[in-house]
Amino acid sequence: MIDFHLNYGGQFVQISQLLLFLILFPVVTALFMLFARRGSERCWIVRISAIAIGGAVIVLLLSAFDKGFVSYQIGSEQIGQLMFVIEMLLAVYILYLGVKHRKSFTIALILVQAALLLVFEGGLISGIHPVNSLFVDQFSLIMAIIIGIIGSLICVYALGYMDTYHHHHAEIKDRRRLFFSVLFLFLAAMFGLVFSNNLVWIFFFWEITTICSFLLIGYSQTPEATNNAFLALSMNLLGGVAFLGAMIYLAVMDPSGKLFALDSLIHSGYGVAIVPAVLISFAGITKAALMPFSSWLLGAMVAPTPVSALLHSSTMVKAGVYMIVRFAPVLSGTTEGLIIALVGGVTFLLASGMAISQDNAKRVLAYSTIANLGLIVACAGIGTFNLMWVAILLILFHAIAKSLMFLCVGTVEHRIGSRNIEDMAGLIVRMPKIAVMMFIGIAGMFLAPFGMVISKWAAIEAFVNAPFGLIFIAILAFGGSLTVFFWSKWMGKIISVTHLREVVENSVVKEKWAVLYILTGLVIVVALIFPLISSVLIEPFVMNIYGMTTRLSQANLTIMIMMLGLLMIMPFSMLFYRTGSRQVPPYMGGRPMVSDTKFSGSMGVTRQITLSNYYLENYFGEERLFMTGVTLCWGLLLLAGILLAGVIL
Amino acid sequence: MISLPVPVIDPAISVVNAIIYLLLAPFVGGLIAGIDRRVTARMQGRVGPPILQPFYDVGKLFEKENIVVTTTQNFYVLSYLVFMGAAGMLFFAGGDMLLVIFAFTLSHIFLVLGAYASFSPYSHVGAERELIQIIAYEPMIILTAVGMYMVTQSFFVSAIANSGIPIILYLPGVFIGYLIVLTIKLRKSPFDLSTSHHAHQEIVKGVTTDFSGPNLAKIEIAHWYEYVFLLGVVYLFFGFNPLIALAAIVVAYFLEILIDNTISRVKWQLTLRSAWLVAGTLGIVNLGVLFYLKGVLAP
Repeated sequence: MIDFHLNYGGQFVQISQLLLFLILFPVVTALFMLFARRGSERCWIVRISAIAIGGAVIVLLLSAFDKGFVSYQIGSEQIGQLMFVIEMLLAVYILYLGVKHRKSFTIALILVQAALLLVFEGGLISGIHPVNSLFVDQFSLIMAIIIGIIGSLICVYALGYMDTYHHHHAEIKDRRRLFFSVLFLFLAAMFGLVFSNNLVWIFFFWEITTICSFLLIGYSQTPEATNNAFLALSMNLLGGVAFLGAMIYLAVMDPSGKLFALDSLIHSGYGVAIVPAVLISFAGITKAALMPFSSWLLGAMVAPTPVSALLHSSTMVKAGVYMIVRFAPVLSGTTEGLIIALVGGVTFLLASGMAISQDNAKRVLAYSTIANLGLIVACAGIGTFNLMWVAILLILFHAIAKSLMFLCVGTVEHRIGSRNIEDMAGLIVRMPKIAVMMFIGIAGMFLAPFGMVISKWAAIEAFVNAPFGLIFIAILAFGGSLTVFFWSKWMGKIISVTHLREVVENSVVKEKWAVLYILTGLVIVVALIFPLISSVLIEPFVMNIYGMTTRLSQANLTIMIMMLGLLMIMPFSMLFYRTGSRQVPPYMGGRPMVSDTKFSGSMGVTRQITLSNYYLENYFGEERLFMTGVTLCWGLLLLAGILLAGVIL
Repeated sequence: MISLPVPVIDPAISVVNAIIYLLLAPFVGGLIAGIDRRVTARMQGRVGPPILQPFYDVGKLFEKENIVVTTTQNFYVLSYLVFMGAAGMLFFAGGDMLLVIFAFTLSHIFLVLGAYASFSPYSHVGAERELIQIIAYEPMIILTAVGMYMVTQSFFVSAIANSGIPIILYLPGVFIGYLIVLTIKLRKSPFDLSTSHHAHQEIVKGVTTDFSGPNLAKIEIAHWYEYVFLLGVVYLFFGFNPLIALAAIVVAYFLEILIDNTISRVKWQLTLRSAWLVAGTLGIVNLGVLFYLKGVLAP
């Protein structure tokens, strides 16, 4: 453990080396992946790298959790030039792809972005002095844990998954070398993003995540995949343009470049920071796939499932909300912040509704992700100290439960050949272990005393005392009940006992099991130890920024732990019921039952019982709610733009 | 009667209250059910069963053989009962109102899952309708808790009950809204979609179709626990004066029986719409006025 008497200088070097290791090591792995020809080589490199990254993150956590905010100076002049060169090369690459696929909107955006970048690097950056470019604080640590542990678990899972994937889809060209390479590059970019204190660096890593997601979404190279990849690219490039706008604004306003350090920018007050805060929040909204940009995340479903798991839990969308939460202190109490919070709130409410009308498991998960990201942004936009606490907690809980859900759905899809929730009927018999994991994952998403409900609860208590909080309480009350509906009916589907009785989960490889077990364990363990996470990491972080922090009520914690205990004991009651109950077919209105799921219909025909869930299309139909959301959110963003123009002029 | 929270911060008293609830609530709830049946019968021009009839019914159900479609039903029903009891204990121990609400949701989900597990058309439709009822009433229940917080500055039931503030005067809209969703929660017409106490139900017994014997008895006991909790929330509105509160509970319950016997069942669409409309108008407007007053009167 940590020795407080250690020479701090020595300690700092160690932490900064860890930070550099976490950013650079995945890049090295990515390079190796490109050249690993044989499957067995790839397996070993991925496994060892995953262990190394996970281990490094834990060492980092143990050595930095009590240090608060620490930053390091890394020779940023040369690195900055290198980043610029890479960015320009990427721009050329995107331009080439855009021309090849005739995507005029993407071409326009990348040209605008390249032009702005040239202006920025050529004319404005010269005066900017190197700042302490690398840093770590408690929030970065939490993000690093999510990226390093969940991200690398997903990479390990992807090994087995991609084998089966190419087995099932012989027509898709095997580009696994590129695939795994990009996965690790993605992790590197995410580490870079959360450890950078220099806006120029953050922007660089921001763009890398955009490119990585573009490559992964388009993996299968079908026309649909290519189109959706370009959709994601365009929307994120739009965000990138806004990000660049923020940097140019800062460079013009303050040529000394001090404000390019994230920490000093956030503490520089409304007058200076609001314009970049809103522009970067806009970029965050595109990356986090909030309305009106939610379509790219749904389109991203064409990619292999580990990609979805990665995009939804530990990377990409989390980068978007990470930046907005960082700027929460600036947004707090401003009209602009309220507008951004409203975009989040509207997204939460409508996406929760849309999830009801979906029978495709991955789309349900996607809408649920969008809804939760909306809630996080709503918290960050209002930005009081206890809402900041809630937002960070939500990021953590959501990452774990959502990655588990995606990997479960991916595994099920390969066994039963469908990702439709209706086809998951009776999963508890056909894939008992996976079904229990899914059950726990879903419980983690909406039931007390698991993570997401803790956050929802804390959010209600926090919004009560926040300005305009009533709007958000109403949104939470209605939206929260919608989430209960779509998760419960999914749960009901997997636990119903149908005529399909063949067990099909035996062929799942050990590696996948290991990952699934760890994630399931994490859902439960984190619900148990979140008070510790809160007191060691989140509370000091919030304290540091606001000078006050949320404290958990001891009585409530005790009760929740008791509830969790009770919930874990209850399944053992099934042991008592093994015998002693007589089993009969269900009631069928007096029709004779042939077997326990068949009944004799009229004219002597034997019929199979089939049951289907409610989707309430007329109320929660995708199109109608989507159009409402897009209109509302564009309106809100436009309003924010007008306000911003007022501030600038 | 159930001991309602007395001036407490003392954990010992909380625990005692919770235990009293656990032991006595089924008797109080059963009695309420018995009186309900009697009053209902009188309204319909019948004599009605003895007041203790619900206890005889449950006693008899426990004597029956345990017949199930799948053995997991036992687990779901037991969990429903256990968490219903636990949530109510938390309420009467003076715990956090929101946590109580989430615990009740958890318990209801177990009932819904039990209905899903049996894979029968009637319980399936019952389960779906039960879920629709949950999304119909939950917003209003949460707004009720938030309203009480805005008046008393606490989410803790003990603090709300002992605040001495006539909460009803601040939250008349919320109270009416609560009474309307109470109709859903008590499974009263016009909102008894998923299962009904009356014999006429187009989906047989809905969510409880495939439960019988001891399992059905447990569901009935869970209902009794829930009655006491639901009426406990009514008490909170009038917590400044226990006598008025008891009178309010009697009047409120009588109103529910009257509505049950005079209004015919509606479809789920209207249930959802009306419950959300009530929460969106009465609830939100009431809270909005409070928010405004808080800003104006106590800046």
